[in-house]
Amino acid sequence: MRIDLNGEVIKTQARTLADLLIEQGFEAPCVATALNGDFIARSMRDATRLDEGMKIEVLSPMQGG
Amino acid sequence: MFYGVDLTSRLMLGTAQYPSPAVLLEAIEASGAEIITVSLRREGAAGAAFRNILSESRCRLLPNTAGCHTAREAVTTARMAREVFGTSWIKLEVIGHADTLQPDPFALVEAARVLCAEGFEVFPYTTEDLIVGEKLLEAGCKVLMPWGAPIGSGQGLRNPEGLRTMRAHFAGIPLVVDAGIGAPSQAAQAMEMGLDAILLNTAVAKAVDPAVMARAFGRAIQAGREAFEAGVMPRRDMACASTPVFGLAELA
Repeated sequence: MRIDLNGEVIKTQARTLADLLIEQGFEAPCVATALNGDFIARSMRDATRLDEGMKIEVLSPMQGG
Repeated sequence: MFYGVDLTSRLMLGTAQYPSPAVLLEAIEASGAEIITVSLRREGAAGAAFRNILSESRCRLLPNTAGCHTAREAVTTARMAREVFGTSWIKLEVIGHADTLQPDPFALVEAARVLCAEGFEVFPYTTEDLIVGEKLLEAGCKVLMPWGAPIGSGQGLRNPEGLRTMRAHFAGIPLVVDAGIGAPSQAAQAMEMGLDAILLNTAVAKAVDPAVMARAFGRAIQAGREAFEAGVMPRRDMACASTPVFGLAELA
């Protein structure tokens, strides 16, 4: 299926958010996730199923003012 | 000073726009800051280096919601930040206009209500408006962060009288001047007025020598605070000789 990951449309085999992070090579403990604009806690990634066209954000600590 | 945390330094330092991670680390050290601000972004090339800096510096982290234009975006960002950074502190920014980067006070109060109810310790980036300040306190904020001038502008205190009024109105509430400070003298001015702390980034990061500028700010803020505690003399319109007239020779 195709999803929007951090602003880019990608094809994925992953069924859950947790699988997606592994598939895309993210360091799961170092990132925070949101699905369609809502926060998804680390503990909910396994239970969060992906659907066609979903918008996923995977964010990391960065410099800020 | 802030949510039950006592600090020695009254300078909070932003971590963006430095020429290199090493310079950032030097600047943090030189400033004496015990709080640094951080953000959440899509992972870029410098991500891993930045995480190393966070673990090297012993500062307390204040994540921000920079770039958010709605309450919903800011709330989601805050929830993500709490998980990643392991802190309930959040510098709440809800930007109302892309050019001025002026806070949207309505969305700010709305987001503050949601986050305070969820146990966040909110540092709201606001204007010097007293009623907005009151609404933020009602929402559960225990700190207010009025702007000095538009973010990154280096204009200093655009409305010193407004900040003075705010200081008088919110006696006992920690007030942090956040944004717009360009020079140490401007930071000292705010501290002399009795504001509690300064949050700045660009003025240090964009200095020719960020570490030396960071130290200069640290000292100016300390000097301004001491001046406030010592009691600045009242201003006079007329001259008043400081050397006594008594005992003056008649030489005319």
